[in-house]
Amino acid sequence: MDVALINPFINATIKVLETMAQAEAEAGKPYLKKDNIAKGDVSGLIGITGETNGTISVTFDSGSILKIVSKMFGEEVTNLNSEVADAGGELTNMISGQARRNLEEEGKVFEAAIPSVVTGTNHQITHITEGPIIAIPFHTEGGSFTIEICLES
Amino acid sequence: MDLSITVLVVDDFATMRRIVKNILRQLGFENIIEADDGTTALDALKKNKIDLIVSDWNMPKMTGLELLKTVRASDEYKDVPFLMVTAETQKQNVLDAVQAGVSNYVVKPFTAEQISDKLQKIYG
Ligand SMILES: [Mg+2]
Repeated sequence: MDVALINPFINATIKVLETMAQAEAEAGKPYLKKDNIAKGDVSGLIGITGETNGTISVTFDSGSILKIVSKMFGEEVTNLNSEVADAGGELTNMISGQARRNLEEEGKVFEAAIPSVVTGTNHQITHITEGPIIAIPFHTEGGSFTIEICLES
Repeated sequence: MDLSITVLVVDDFATMRRIVKNILRQLGFENIIEADDGTTALDALKKNKIDLIVSDWNMPKMTGLELLKTVRASDEYKDVPFLMVTAETQKQNVLDAVQAGVSNYVVKPFTAEQISDKLQKIYG
């Protein structure tokens, strides 16, 4: 796993939340994740192909996604409904797009599929490829979320 | 810009339709119709007089690019302005959309000002 892939995702995440939700996100220390249990309540998952193949997921706890969506809609959202789950998928899509733009500038071209959404406490995230899962935790106003990057080496 | 026109907002995610709709309302547009992918967008075009299409690229069943090509190939809608809103901004994607006759392009993540700017360019 190429650690040079981590920064483009961190920068992409910060930019997407700032632009779409005027929300500040602070990245914690990346770590290797050993299981497939999601650390949150809503996950967006997207497959990418190109330079290498794999999946990117973003798992939000309910506090973080409710706050982010409230800011995106400009109204208080308190219920983790399907529209909020949708937002998790779309944010994942945008983070993946922004990160791929950053990577393309370095000559690494990736394409992405359509994102899917998984919800529920302790839901599972199935990364398609075998390979180490790099997790990057983030803190934001309402709670926390984690990005997972799993790519073929 | 004529704010009484009818705008068709196409995106597979309800969240994005809501955000785009909110922005269009802020800009003063009142007549907004929604569709959740290219095929439902074509249905909406048949049933309504649409003056502007604001469409996502990445959608199941029929993508924004396929919708754009279908619109441009039709007799009835070929001149309707088409603003693509998308996370796909690799050079090849941009070229494909321009070649297919896209009126302008907004990159996700976007701000209300960016949407407004692009609409000014289309109508300016
Ligand atoms: Mg989409």
